Amino acid sequence: MAALFAFWGSHAAEFWRLVAQHVLLVLLSTGVAVAVGVPIGVVAARRPRIGGPLAALASLIQTVPSLALFGFLLPLPLIGGIGARTALVALILYALLPVIRTTAAGLLAVEPSVLEAADAMGMTLRQRLFQVELPLALPTIVAGIRVAAVVGVGTVTIAAAIGAGGLGDFIYRGLAMVDPTVILAGAVPAAALALLLDGALLALERSIASRKRHARLGVSAAAVTAVILGGVAFASYPRADAIVIGSKNFTEQVVLGELLAQTLERYTTLPIDRRLNLGGTFICDRALQTGDIDMYVEYSGTALTALFKQPVRPDSSAVLEDIRARYAATGRTVLPPLGFNNTFAILVRSADARSRGLTRLSQLATHAPGWTAGFGFEFLERQDGYPGLASTYGLRFREAPKVMDVSLMYRALAGGQVDVVAGDATAGLIDALDLTVLEDDRKYFPPYDAIPVVHAATLLRHPEIRPALAHLDGRVTAAAMRRMNNAVDAQKRDPAVVVREFLDALDRGVS
Amino acid sequence: MISFDGVWCRRGDRDVLREVSFELPEGETLALVGRSGAGKSTALKLINRMLDPDRGRVLVGGRDVATSDPIVLRRQTGYVLQEVGLFPHMTVARNVAVVPTLLEWKVDRIHARTQELLELVGLPAAEYGDRWPHELSGGQRQRVGVARALAADPSVLLMDEPFGALDPITRVELHREFERIQSRLHKTIVLVTHDMREACALATRIGVLHEGRIVALDTPVALSRSPEPAVRTLFDAMSEGTAVTSPREGGLA
Repeated sequence: MAALFAFWGSHAAEFWRLVAQHVLLVLLSTGVAVAVGVPIGVVAARRPRIGGPLAALASLIQTVPSLALFGFLLPLPLIGGIGARTALVALILYALLPVIRTTAAGLLAVEPSVLEAADAMGMTLRQRLFQVELPLALPTIVAGIRVAAVVGVGTVTIAAAIGAGGLGDFIYRGLAMVDPTVILAGAVPAAALALLLDGALLALERSIASRKRHARLGVSAAAVTAVILGGVAFASYPRADAIVIGSKNFTEQVVLGELLAQTLERYTTLPIDRRLNLGGTFICDRALQTGDIDMYVEYSGTALTALFKQPVRPDSSAVLEDIRARYAATGRTVLPPLGFNNTFAILVRSADARSRGLTRLSQLATHAPGWTAGFGFEFLERQDGYPGLASTYGLRFREAPKVMDVSLMYRALAGGQVDVVAGDATAGLIDALDLTVLEDDRKYFPPYDAIPVVHAATLLRHPEIRPALAHLDGRVTAAAMRRMNNAVDAQKRDPAVVVREFLDALDRGVS
Repeated sequence: MISFDGVWCRRGDRDVLREVSFELPEGETLALVGRSGAGKSTALKLINRMLDPDRGRVLVGGRDVATSDPIVLRRQTGYVLQEVGLFPHMTVARNVAVVPTLLEWKVDRIHARTQELLELVGLPAAEYGDRWPHELSGGQRQRVGVARALAADPSVLLMDEPFGALDPITRVELHREFERIQSRLHKTIVLVTHDMREACALATRIGVLHEGRIVALDTPVALSRSPEPAVRTLFDAMSEGTAVTSPREGGLA
């Protein structure tokens, strides 16, 4: 608990920015959903033949898991891409259904005698709608808005995966760092926000239904609060001309993203926008292609096999040449390697390794039938991942490998839930959790040299980027990377501080 | 003032009104009486164009209503429903003010008119104006319904079973109110009821509808001597009514 408050205290500015972004995303999406959904609800109530299919479509959209919906939207022009815009589109689509449904239900529940009276008094259809039907349906509609807003608070946390900001940033960072404090730093205020919105809208709903005069006061107060929060959040979104730095969603990537960001901040005057913790390799790659992010650190082997679908090759410089050409052909520039090779590392508990004399992957086949493996989804699917590994080393485990979140895998191994995992050679947790890397004695894994990949147009626009990042060329050794990962993963230190210390040391000529 | 000229009206696959013709002079109260489904409410709704006839003409003040804009016509015509249909999200005063507001009267005039009408129906604005419909009894609600119908001072008042949902004591009380108000305002009133006793008590003329036709139209006294079977049935039903429905002094709710 104290750790949580300490974290908020040391990240106060970022915390409030994320809260404001979170609220803004919820308010904007709910607001647009109301503006679009209420008219659709009116049509649905008046003309079931038109409204029915529309409501059915909204209902269908809601059954799509949010992460999948973000995935569908990413490649689309205009509404797609990395960032708040895509998240908004998805959030609006989700919020539509409850608004449409409750609007239609509220309108259909109005007493026929009240409608007859409205007609007999000489109201036009429009007057009847605005003066009688909508006011009477309002408590029901507000109930729908309440559902939409509360669901929205939850969905926005997931939207951090595509760089939309909000409190999900802390949650993903915490997951990547395996640090419950950081997860809670995002999850607790998100839950509080959901409860607060729920309570406020419930109170509004009740006060409208009870026909008290202060309902109007409540609405005005809520509107003013919303506008202020929206202003804060809007101002907190980075400037459009900022250099956007991305990263995938695990500790080392966050550290590397921070490393690129701080290096540029140190040696240039460019405004920097950090979009760390994006979903994974493919999201980062797509974002870099579209220019949604300007750079991130990729690994040569990953680019070769996963992105360019080429067969695995063992020669590190040949691989670099190949992907440099392939990236260039798609408008991206590969900068010189940072210095370490983060190949896949097949890990076992050191105790198991010692007791069985296990040091090389070729020895694993004899123990595998009694063991359970846990792999990340990407490793299971990738050409240079599990299928090739299994055939190269003749591996057969007791059961099909478990699909695990990369960030939870090391602890699952240390805790005994699985016996073998595929991690990163530079993972700080390897030392911290007393795990052993098995040697790839048949040279199955291709080289995974860390390379900054930059949107080519950005380099042309800002020629100072290349010399600034040249400060890093070959200076980030595997040992340095493992130290930084360990500082973040095991010692729970702030990646920004760890990177700053590393850069300070570089400046002093120490490595 | 109001006349029907060979009116046919079809609803669904049924001729609800067949060749209905009558004339109602200004300031009179016509009660349309008949069994359920005889076409009473349909006839009423033709007068303010809530419905339109398939054949024939309906004239109000000598003018064919088909030539009037239904919205304008309805605002000029008072209308009272059995279920009252007060707007639950508006106070009593705002309910009464609905038609004047639609007609865009000045705020002061609306306010004065609302006070006057609530006074007229025995619900002083100071006490009842800010109440909500759900805080009123059934009888009070119907008084508000009458005040609302009279708000823009229409010359014609249409009442669709206005006292049908009330308990007998309240009904009798409202009958008296009705007579008191009508003796002051002299509106031309068409009242739909299935209760011949109510018709006799309130109306200057009674029209008996049977299967879509007017089978008799006369003063209550003249009608009570009619040999027409449909009329006799209604009078017989009336004499079988219980004593509770007869007017009596005191003990009013």
